[in-house]
Amino acid sequence: MSENVAVIGVGHSKFGMRKDVSIPELAWEAIKPALKSANVEQKDIDFFVVGNAGMWSSEAAIPALMAEYADLAPKGSMRVEAACATGNAAIRVAYTAIQSGEADVVLVLGIEKMQESPNPNVIELIGRFGSYFWEFENFGLTFPGYYALHATAYMAKYGATEEDFAKIAVKNHYYGAKNPLAQFQKEIDVETALKSPYVAWPFKLFDCSPITDGSACIILASEEVAKEVDDKIWLISQGVGTGTANLSRREEFTSLASARYAAEIAYRKAGIDVDAPYKHLDGANVHDCFTAAEVIAYEDLRFAKPGEGVQLIRDEQTYIGGRIPVNIDGGLKAKGHPIGATGVSQAVEAYKQLLSKAEPGRQADIKNGRWLAHNVGGTGHYTYITIYGLDKK
Amino acid sequence: MKELKEIVEKNIAEFGFPVVQDEKSNALQWVDLRELRLRYFICIENIKPFFEGLREGKLMATKCKECGRLFFPPQKDCPSCMDSEVEWVELKKEGVLETLTVLFVRPPSFSAYDPYTVAIAKLDDGVRITGWLKGDPRSVRPGQRVKVEVSRREKEGYLMYEIVPL
Ligand SMILES: [Zn+2]
Repeated sequence: MSENVAVIGVGHSKFGMRKDVSIPELAWEAIKPALKSANVEQKDIDFFVVGNAGMWSSEAAIPALMAEYADLAPKGSMRVEAACATGNAAIRVAYTAIQSGEADVVLVLGIEKMQESPNPNVIELIGRFGSYFWEFENFGLTFPGYYALHATAYMAKYGATEEDFAKIAVKNHYYGAKNPLAQFQKEIDVETALKSPYVAWPFKLFDCSPITDGSACIILASEEVAKEVDDKIWLISQGVGTGTANLSRREEFTSLASARYAAEIAYRKAGIDVDAPYKHLDGANVHDCFTAAEVIAYEDLRFAKPGEGVQLIRDEQTYIGGRIPVNIDGGLKAKGHPIGATGVSQAVEAYKQLLSKAEPGRQADIKNGRWLAHNVGGTGHYTYITIYGLDKK
Repeated sequence: MKELKEIVEKNIAEFGFPVVQDEKSNALQWVDLRELRLRYFICIENIKPFFEGLREGKLMATKCKECGRLFFPPQKDCPSCMDSEVEWVELKKEGVLETLTVLFVRPPSFSAYDPYTVAIAKLDDGVRITGWLKGDPRSVRPGQRVKVEVSRREKEGYLMYEIVPL
C-alpha cells in the first residue's frame, strides 16, 4: 500500500500530422523517454494502462500491440476510454492501482492517431460522442456544435463576444509557438482568428482544437520506489465527475456540473481553499477543446466568479505573470488534441513546469509547488481533475 | 475519394501494393481496403407512444405515477422510485429558447442539408428539448418564446419535431 504516488518519468511525442509513423512507433516515441527518465526498465513495470479512444484508427488492442512492440508482455494491462478525458482516466486507473497496493510501478500511455481516417469521418465520429439518438441521429450535432451551444448561452448571459473567445486562441497560440512539441508553433492575432470561417456559430476555425496524432507517457510509482528518484512530482489529489449524455437534461449551459463537482473533490482532498484556489497553484492546464470551454473552465475551477471568467482573458490574467497561467504549453488549441493522449500530456506538462524544465518563454514561476490539470470528456460528460505537487501533501 | 481509388488501383498494378504517398510528408501509407459501414438497430419498443404521438402532432413525455417526475426525452423507468411505473403525458409544446448554434461544418451523413441551426428550449412543462430551429437564426435571441412543431424532414421524409420562434 502506498498512499502517496509520484510521477517519476515522462515522455511526449511531437503532436501534429504524424503520417510519418505507425501507431506502435508513435507510442514508442513517448514510452522510451518515459522509461529512461524514470530510470526503470520494462521488467520493473507491474501494470500498464493505455488511454485510447480509437474508432478512427486501425488498431483496437493497443495494450497488446505495445506488449509486443515494447517488450511489456506478460504484464497486466487495460485500455481505458472516457472520451476526451481518456488520458486522465488512464492516470486514475494507475493511481488507484498503486494506492491499493496492487502495483508499485505503472506505465500510463495516452495515444491517438486520428489522421488514419479522413477528417469528415473524424467529424462524424466525434459528433456521436453526445447522446446518439436524441442529438446526433436526428439533429446532426458535431463536437464544435455541442460546445457552441455553451458559448452562445455564455455570450447571452454575460455579454461575452466572439472577440473575447478569440483572445483565448491568441494566448494559446502564443505559448504553442514556444513549445517545440506543439502542432501549431505559430502566433496568431485576434483579427486572424475572427476572419477564419465559421465551423459552428459562434465558433470559427480558430476557436477549435485540431485533429491530432500524438502520444504521451508517464511512469507512476509508489513512495517506496519514488524515494530513490530525484526528479519527480506527486499526485496530490484527483476529483472525477460525470454529467448527463444529453445536453437537454442539464440545468444550465454556462458551466459544466461535472467539472464543478470534480474540482470541489480535488481541492478538498488537496486541502486547497475553494474560495481562491489560484493562490495555491502555480498554473493550470485546462481543457480548451474550444476557446469558450477555457473561459467556462476558469469559472468551474473558481479562478473567477461566474460571469467573470471572460474578464480574466480580457485582462491577460492567464498569461505568465497574471492571476494564474493557463495552458502555457499551447493547450489543446495550439499543442493539439490527440484525444487519448491529452490527459497524459497535461501530466507531462505539470512535471515539466513544477520541475522548471519548460522551454524558455513558457516557464511559470514555481512558488507554491502545485499544478492543476482539468481534462473534460465530451461536453462535461466526464471531468477528471488532478492536482500535482512538488511535495507530497 | 474516387480519385484515391484510381491512384490505389494504379499503384497496385505498378508497385504491387495498395499504397499512396502522403502529400505533405511524403511518407508511404497503406490504404486499408477493408472499409466498414456502420448502421445500428436502436430499440424504441418501450417508447413507442412517443412516435405514435408525433404522428398525431403531439409531443409525449413519460411521468412517474408515484413521484410525478417528468422525463423528456421519455424514459421507461423512474430511477427515483425504483419499482414504480411511468405514464405517458402530452407536453404543451411552448417554451423559452435557451441556446443555439449554426452547424456550418456538418458530418458527412448530414451533407445533403444546408447549414442547420440546433437549439435547446425549456418547455413550460419544465423539461428541455433539443431540435432544429426553423427560420433565420440571426433573428432569434436566447430568452425568446418558441413553440415545438411536428414536421416531415425535408430530405429523409420521416416525422420529427422542430423549434419555431413565436
Ligand atoms: Zn418516481
